[in-house]
Amino acid sequence: MNESFRNIWTILKRELTGYFASPVAYVFIVIFLLLNGFFTFMLGGFFEAGEAALARPFFNWHPWLYLFLVPAAGMRLWAEERRVGTLELLLTMPVTAWQAIVGKFLASWAFLALALALTFPVAITVFYLGNPDGGAILTGYLGSLLLAGAYLAVTVATSALTRNQVISFILSVVICFFLILAGWEPVTSLLVRWAPTDLVELIAGFSVMPHFASFQRGVVDFRDLLFFASVITFSLFGTSVILRNLRGA
Amino acid sequence: MIQVDSLIKEFGPKRAVNGVSFTVNRGEILGFLGPNGAGKSTTMRMITGYIPPTSGRVRIGNHDISEQPIEAKKLIGYLPESAPCYSDMTVYGFLRFTAELRGLKGAAIETAIAHVAGLCFLEGVLHQSVDTLSKGYRHRTCFAQSILHDPEVLVLDEPTDGLDPNQKHEVRQIIKRMGQTKAIIFSTHILEEVEACCTRAIIIDRGSVVANGTPNELKARAENAGSVSLRVHGVAAEALRSRLNSLSIAGKVSVQGDATTVLARVAPRDRSIQGELARAVAEVVLKEGWKFDELHTEEGRLDDVFRSITLPDSVKARA
Repeated sequence: MNESFRNIWTILKRELTGYFASPVAYVFIVIFLLLNGFFTFMLGGFFEAGEAALARPFFNWHPWLYLFLVPAAGMRLWAEERRVGTLELLLTMPVTAWQAIVGKFLASWAFLALALALTFPVAITVFYLGNPDGGAILTGYLGSLLLAGAYLAVTVATSALTRNQVISFILSVVICFFLILAGWEPVTSLLVRWAPTDLVELIAGFSVMPHFASFQRGVVDFRDLLFFASVITFSLFGTSVILRNLRGA
Repeated sequence: MIQVDSLIKEFGPKRAVNGVSFTVNRGEILGFLGPNGAGKSTTMRMITGYIPPTSGRVRIGNHDISEQPIEAKKLIGYLPESAPCYSDMTVYGFLRFTAELRGLKGAAIETAIAHVAGLCFLEGVLHQSVDTLSKGYRHRTCFAQSILHDPEVLVLDEPTDGLDPNQKHEVRQIIKRMGQTKAIIFSTHILEEVEACCTRAIIIDRGSVVANGTPNELKARAENAGSVSLRVHGVAAEALRSRLNSLSIAGKVSVQGDATTVLARVAPRDRSIQGELARAVAEVVLKEGWKFDELHTEEGRLDDVFRSITLPDSVKARA
């Protein structure tokens, strides 16, 4: 067990330093923060709402923001290994595929967590201007982090599918887009008109939106945690299957 | 140390490796030869556990690579064909990463890196990004990675590919030195390399082993192995031929030359005679008082053996 943790840690460290060894990390963080600011203060109507909360003006945009930024951060994880051929090197080391998958996923997730943490001035602003519900802000951040994790896990899987980062990016955007749309209110209200309610609810159950929404209301429901954990586990498991097939054929 | 048993690999309908078996013991350096696409790399990938075989077994030490992959992989050092490296890392960072995955700790990592950096002449570029290195350096970085943990088993896929002659020489020296105590298998297209470092060679063609023996045994399979070449002055070609033909142990005699020098090649009637033919020819030369420039027994060239074994029949017919 000790050895698996050490391997995961070694791979995690490598991936994380990999982000900062190139301008990718800095470009990503700057764009993430700029877009966050733009959405919150310009489109989100942060000041106009006159409300000391972050849910609507800030977190509400995250499913859409992450839709493009998370695949961009994760698309290289396996695709690059495949393109350069280091995959062969990595998988002939005394390391299991699982350790490599988890190490890479956690590294990327930690990177996204860092970018998210750097939005703290927004939180400071609400606290300065008003008297917000601190708990709701905290659960909002937790939900946002889990959402990023779910998208990222999908990206990890699509990244293992191809040696081309662009294809990996597009595939994960499409899948994540489905994860939004399936339970996005405007879409479900359309579906309800011609599909049975049970079916619509079933489809919506696959969506990140309802699960993400409850975190914004300040609620940490076990079912929501379970949902995000299952999406992540399922995608990472899919990745291991993809990698195994890749080596088998 | 390495035990390969009737290994088969199928990619869809195509059989890339077809029942390859061999063993490599400690202290042996096995040269793995074959034309492009013969299945060398696929075999090596199965030995190192990168791809699972369709059927057959690979044992590294006491571990089956499919059943105890982690234990088996710990014993192996592997240089893949394209010598891939993480290009966003420095040479030092890359070696450190592989050392940690290999389970080295603390001071042992620094010692190991310093050691292989010295062996592979990487000291000067240790803190340079892999991105900025020339191909030779990148290749040696990946090679350094494979010997970093002083493995019992080394699997090297074209270790000297893309190196300059000096670097090739160095890498061969390292392989030779390590081969005294380890089991090494390496593939190459350079046949002199096999003669220079291998204790044994295997030729594989279209997925099957077609020859397996020491370099000398393989060379003896060449068509002209054991024949005697003689170059003389001032003797008519026909006279030379008929005189040599009269030797009882001589087989086919061929002569070619101009007015001043003639080169004769005498094939032995029976391949098993060693040196006897050369002595017989020498006696004739002395008796006749011919002036000669050259008299030697052909060893046979690995190139010729390789070609005669691996050329498709259609190409042979044309040649």
